[in-house]
Amino acid sequence: MAADEPLVLGIETSCDETGVGIVRGTTLLADAVASSVEEHGRYGGVVPEIASRAHLEAMVPTVQRALDQAGVKASDLDGIAVTAGPGLAGALLVGVSAAKAYAYALGKPLYGVNHLASHICVDQLEHGRLPEPTMALLVSGGHSSLLLTEDITSSVRSLGATIDDAAGEAFDKVARLLNLGFPGGPVIDRYAREGDPKAIAFPRGLSGAKDPAYDFSFSGLKTAVSRWVEAKRRAGEEVPVRDVSASFQEAVVDVLTRKAIRACKDEGVDHLMIGGGVAANSRLRALAQERCDRAGVTLRVPRPKLCTDNGAMVAALGSEMVRRDRAPSAFDLSADSSLPVTDTHVPADHDQLHRLSE
Amino acid sequence: MLLLAFDTATPAVTAAVLDTGTGEVLASADQIDARRHGELLLPTVDAVLREAGVAKERLGAIAVGVGPGPYTGLRVGLATAAALGHALGIPVHGVCTLDGIARAARDGGFVDGPFLVATDARRKEVYWARYDADGVRVEGPAVDRPAEIDEKLATLPAVGAGALLYPDAFPGALEQAPAHQSAAALAAFAADALASGAELPSPSTPLYLRRPDAEVPKNYKTVLPS
Ligand SMILES: [Zn+2]
Repeated sequence: MAADEPLVLGIETSCDETGVGIVRGTTLLADAVASSVEEHGRYGGVVPEIASRAHLEAMVPTVQRALDQAGVKASDLDGIAVTAGPGLAGALLVGVSAAKAYAYALGKPLYGVNHLASHICVDQLEHGRLPEPTMALLVSGGHSSLLLTEDITSSVRSLGATIDDAAGEAFDKVARLLNLGFPGGPVIDRYAREGDPKAIAFPRGLSGAKDPAYDFSFSGLKTAVSRWVEAKRRAGEEVPVRDVSASFQEAVVDVLTRKAIRACKDEGVDHLMIGGGVAANSRLRALAQERCDRAGVTLRVPRPKLCTDNGAMVAALGSEMVRRDRAPSAFDLSADSSLPVTDTHVPADHDQLHRLSE
Repeated sequence: MLLLAFDTATPAVTAAVLDTGTGEVLASADQIDARRHGELLLPTVDAVLREAGVAKERLGAIAVGVGPGPYTGLRVGLATAAALGHALGIPVHGVCTLDGIARAARDGGFVDGPFLVATDARRKEVYWARYDADGVRVEGPAVDRPAEIDEKLATLPAVGAGALLYPDAFPGALEQAPAHQSAAALAAFAADALASGAELPSPSTPLYLRRPDAEVPKNYKTVLPS
């Protein structure tokens, strides 16, 4: 690890995980996460107010845990990065408020960064600096996007996204339908391993010749699974949970990987990274590897813990912002629940920069 | 000791620096903007410290309003206070937001007997508390519909935006008294409490007073026509 690489602490509170990470350049030093997922379980989804309350409680202890893990002093940091958006407004605001206060009290630059760009940048902690360009497939309970980045600190372009449910949401809903609990991703993955992915022919959304090439739709699939399961239940037959899980999962990952490879070919990009919580899915990883190998595309998937929401990914992008000398954010930085993916970070305007340097 | 105080539990974004030795407020700033607590708080803190000529490293403690108040704004102040206290290595003390408003009303000479403080809790409710003639909180904080507050209490002199919003329920509402929080009064209240050894609420337990809005989803809905 190069000692002169920027040491940055990153704070992530866009959903239900309070994440604080510390990285030096592309080296991960700490990845502390406090999750409120169990409190949301009985509601079958994330409840924003519960998440926000949990973020406030967890913030300082999680920062301290990260500093202890990394074995660094807060005064040694070169910057504080924080997810400025997109995400749940009230949840984001807790992280942004804390990050500003840390940056201000420690006299360090503040970097409000984009959550989606952070999901891409985290791969640097696993596989070294991102090739430019890199195609990114981000799939989680909150997002399903195909993004093309030329420079992770300044250029991220959206090629396509889900027009209805996020991929992870579809997993959650199908898991609920099958009474498997929340979150749905890991448990469906587990049942699917023992099931037949070809048992039921579930539809592949937006895969027709005239459909948008890179957009996704999972709502029709979810309905198809519901109908199929209900028909079984009405007929008094037992629902083959393993086969339903495997066939549903196959429909999701088939469309995701097919479109991602197509985007790589169309754009002449030979590196694909997959991030977001659903990237932990074993079948998605396997099928992506198979299809990337066939297409001559190099696949980069960070380990599961780095794929879910965490502070390390925010720190990774923050460190890259420092390294590339990007302008820091001002102390009136706001949390933006719908921050466009093209806004990789939220720099202060020119006048504010002058005031910051006073 | 130099005490930094701020509060974001009412529409005010307010910060002040108090010298607890002399009781002098070195600087204070109050803005009313219920929707921009997140943007305005840190710049306001910076502004009062500059105006007071106090380097942040010289601060001895932080006092922060812990509500009750609309949650999103309230958390801006609490997250900021917790992180500042952590990074600067100084204690953070909580103050019931209504106590700050009560202090301002008494210091301003608007009340001398028993009185109420009420702020807007939205959803046609108010956060309120009752104070005795010495300014000590004797009931609350609570959240209620104005009409549901005991009529004998509701006719007391009442200060705060919540009282002004519902003049029928609060006939004793004092229009001249400060409607929103001022950090200078909050700081004075905290300084006195610290000096007398009185217990202050924990800054890590906001006074939400309501449970989070969350519904357990109804049982799985069928999509096949029945
Ligand atoms: Zn995410």
